[in-house]
Amino acid sequence: MSAVNPLKPSQRMKIPRQESIEQPAAERSINFLEVSFGFDEDRAVLESQRCLECKEPYCTDGCPVGIDIRGFVTLVLQKDYVGAVQKIREANYLPAICGRVCPQESQCESLCVMGKKLTPVAIGKLERFVADYEMKHQLFTPPVVTERREEKIAVVGSGPSGLTCAAELAKMGYRVTVFEALHAVGGVLRYGIPEFRLPKEILDLETERIKALGVEVYTNFVIGRTATIDELFDEWGFKAIFLGTGAGTPTFMGMPGENLSGVYSANEFLTRVNLMGAYRFPENDTPIKIGKAVGVIGGGNTAMDAVRTARRLGAERAYLIYRRSREEMPAREEEIHHAEQEGIEFLLLTNPLRILADENNWVQGLECQRMTLGEPDESGRRRPVPIPGSEFTVELQTVIEAIGQKPNPIIQATTPGLATGKRGTVVTDAQQATSRPGIFAGGDLSRGGATVILAMRDGKVAARAIAGYLQGLNSPPP
Amino acid sequence: MFLILRKKVLAPTVTQFDVKAPFIARKRKAGNFVMIRVEEGGERIPLTIADSNPAEGSITLIVQAIGGTTKLLTSKGAGDSLLDVVGPLGNPTPIENHGVVACVGGGVGTAELFPIAQALKAAGNVVHTIIGARTRELVILEQEMATCSDSVTVTTDDGSYARKGFVTDALKALLDLPGSGVHAVYAIGPLPMMKAVSNLTRTYGIATLVSLNTIMVDGTGMCGGCRLTVGGQMKFACVDGPEFDGHAVDFDELMKRNRTYVDMEKITDERHVCRLTAVRQEEIR
Repeated sequence: MSAVNPLKPSQRMKIPRQESIEQPAAERSINFLEVSFGFDEDRAVLESQRCLECKEPYCTDGCPVGIDIRGFVTLVLQKDYVGAVQKIREANYLPAICGRVCPQESQCESLCVMGKKLTPVAIGKLERFVADYEMKHQLFTPPVVTERREEKIAVVGSGPSGLTCAAELAKMGYRVTVFEALHAVGGVLRYGIPEFRLPKEILDLETERIKALGVEVYTNFVIGRTATIDELFDEWGFKAIFLGTGAGTPTFMGMPGENLSGVYSANEFLTRVNLMGAYRFPENDTPIKIGKAVGVIGGGNTAMDAVRTARRLGAERAYLIYRRSREEMPAREEEIHHAEQEGIEFLLLTNPLRILADENNWVQGLECQRMTLGEPDESGRRRPVPIPGSEFTVELQTVIEAIGQKPNPIIQATTPGLATGKRGTVVTDAQQATSRPGIFAGGDLSRGGATVILAMRDGKVAARAIAGYLQGLNSPPP
Repeated sequence: MFLILRKKVLAPTVTQFDVKAPFIARKRKAGNFVMIRVEEGGERIPLTIADSNPAEGSITLIVQAIGGTTKLLTSKGAGDSLLDVVGPLGNPTPIENHGVVACVGGGVGTAELFPIAQALKAAGNVVHTIIGARTRELVILEQEMATCSDSVTVTTDDGSYARKGFVTDALKALLDLPGSGVHAVYAIGPLPMMKAVSNLTRTYGIATLVSLNTIMVDGTGMCGGCRLTVGGQMKFACVDGPEFDGHAVDFDELMKRNRTYVDMEKITDERHVCRLTAVRQEEIR
C-alpha cells in the first residue's frame, strides 16, 4: 500500500490522541443514555492522521478477527467512511458493537507502534465512528452473496458468536436459521450489556443487517426443550449446528443470606433492567428494587455494569466490593475509570462473609472481612488472604453478586455424546468442532467466560470449519 | 405472536385459554410450564401447561387473575394473540406406578394437577383426588378430575360446597382410612397449602411432590431469581424443578422471598386495571 498521509511521521506524532465526547459524569449517572458519543468527523480524521501506516501492521495481529486496521484507518483519512466500514465488515460483521465494547487497549491498540513511546491510535473509536456514520446516513448495503448453497445450518443462541457465525455462513451462501431462547435477539449483548454502553438501537440495527443476509431467526425457541439437537438434524434437516449459548447460568458465593429479598445475581439484575426494561417501571411491568445503598460483589465487566446500573437506578451509595486490589480487577480500565467518575465507591481487598437480614427478611447489611495479597495463584494474580479479626459490616439494602457465570446445562444434558469439560463447558478443537460430528461450538459456551470479540472470533472460525465439514460430506469418499 | 384459539371462563377469576403453539404442543409433558409475555413492555410470567393438542398444535393454559399481568391476560379473548410463549420448560413430572396415589389441588393449582393426575392414572395408579377452594364458585375441574380419578373429594374453606374445611383435613381422613394404602402424594396449590400437606405427609412418611411458583424472569436457568433451598441446597425452580420433594423444601424462606415485589406488583395491578377499565368504557360507548 502506498502511503496516502501527506504528513511526515514526526508531524503525525505531534498530534495528540483524540478523546471522544462524553456525557459529564454527574449527568450520566442518573440516566441510561450512552456515556460516550464517540468521535465527530474532525476528530476522526485527525486521529486517522496519527496512524504511521506501518509496513507490518502489528495492530492486526492483536485483533482476534483479523481486521485490516491499517486499511480502514487509511480510508478514514481519505474520508471514505463507508469504504472504511465495509473494509471492517469483511472481517467483522458487527463493527458498531465492537467499536463500543471491545477491549482495544489489550488487543489492537496494545500493539500499535505509536503506543510504544506515545499513545496508540484510537482504533476502537475510529471503528465506532465509521460504523455510526454509516448508520446515521443510512448508507448500509448488504454484501452481495454470489453463491447459493442448499445446506441448512442451525445456529443456537443469538449472542456475539452465534450472530457472527450466522453472518459468515450466510455470506458464503448457506441457509442459516438462528434459534434464540429469549424473546429478543442478541444474547448477552441484549440482556447483559447496559444501554449506556451499548444502546439497544445499535444492536437492533446490527441484527437487522444479519437478517438482511437472509438469515432466519426464531425467538422464543429453547434448544433442548422446544426441540433437541438430534431433532434439528433428523427432523428439521439441518446438516450442521453451531452452539453459541454462552455462559448464562449465574454462580453464587454460597454465603448465608443469599435467598433474602434484595439479593440478585448480576444476571437477574441486568436482565431485569436491560432485557425487560425495569428501569422504566411502571411504564414497563417488570419491577426491580434498589436500596439507598447497593453492594456489587466482583471485579469484572459484569460487576462494573451492575454497579453503574445500580447508581443510575438511584442508589445513593454504590459499592464495588472486590477481594483483590484494583490492579487485579479483570474489568476494562475504561469501565473502572467511568465507574470512579460516576461516584462508585470501591471497597477493595474486601471479602463478603454473610448477608444480614432485617425483620422483614430484607437485606440490611453485608458482613465482610479485609484481605491482604499473598503469593500468586494459578491465574498469576496474587491470592487474597483474609486478615484475622478484620470483620466489619457494610450497611446496604441490595446485594448483587457478579462473581462469574457458567454455561447453561440444558443442551449438554439433552445431547448424547457431546463432551463437556470444566465447569460445564463444551469441549472443542482449534476449529471449534465438538466431539459430535457436525456440531461446532464457541464463545463463552466453550471458553467459560471471555469477551464479545473472542466469541465473534470463534463464530468466524466455526463458520469456516462448518463450510469445510459440509464440503467434505459432499465430496465422494476417496 | 401466538393466537388464542378459544377462551373459557372456569370460575369468576379463573380462565382457560387454548393457544396456538405447535412446537410446544408436540413436546410438552405433564409438569412442564411456559413463560409468556402478553404484550410489549409486559412481564414474563410462568404458567403451567394444563393440556395440549398436538394435532391442532395448541396448548391449554389456565390462569387466575390475581395480578396485573394475569388480569391483562384474562382480558384477552379468542382471536387475540400473546406476544411471546416459550417452552416447554422445567422438568416433566416423574410418573410411575406407585399403586395408590393422592392428588391434592388447591385453587388454580388444580389446573396444574389435572395433567399429572391423568398421567398417573394412565400409568396404572389408583388415583384419589382432593380439590380445595376458598368457596364454591372457585372449585374448578371437578368433572374433568373425575375422569381420571377413582375418587374425588371437594373441600371448601367456607363450607359453601361439599365438605367444609381444608384439603389437609380430607387428606388426613384418606390417609387414616384403613387400607387406603397411599404411597405418594402430589400436591399443587398455594405455598401455605403445600407446606401444610408436606407437614402432614411427613408424619406418615409418605413421599410428597410439590410444584413451586417462584419469582422468575427468564425460566431457563439464567437469572437465578427462582432460587430456593431444598434439603439445605440452593436450587433453581426453573431448571431443577419446578417440582421438588415437599419434605425438603424450605417453604418459610420461599414464602418470604415471594413477597419481594408485593408493593410494586400492586402498582402494576392498578395500572392495568385502570387501563382495562378505560378500554371497557370505550367499548361501551
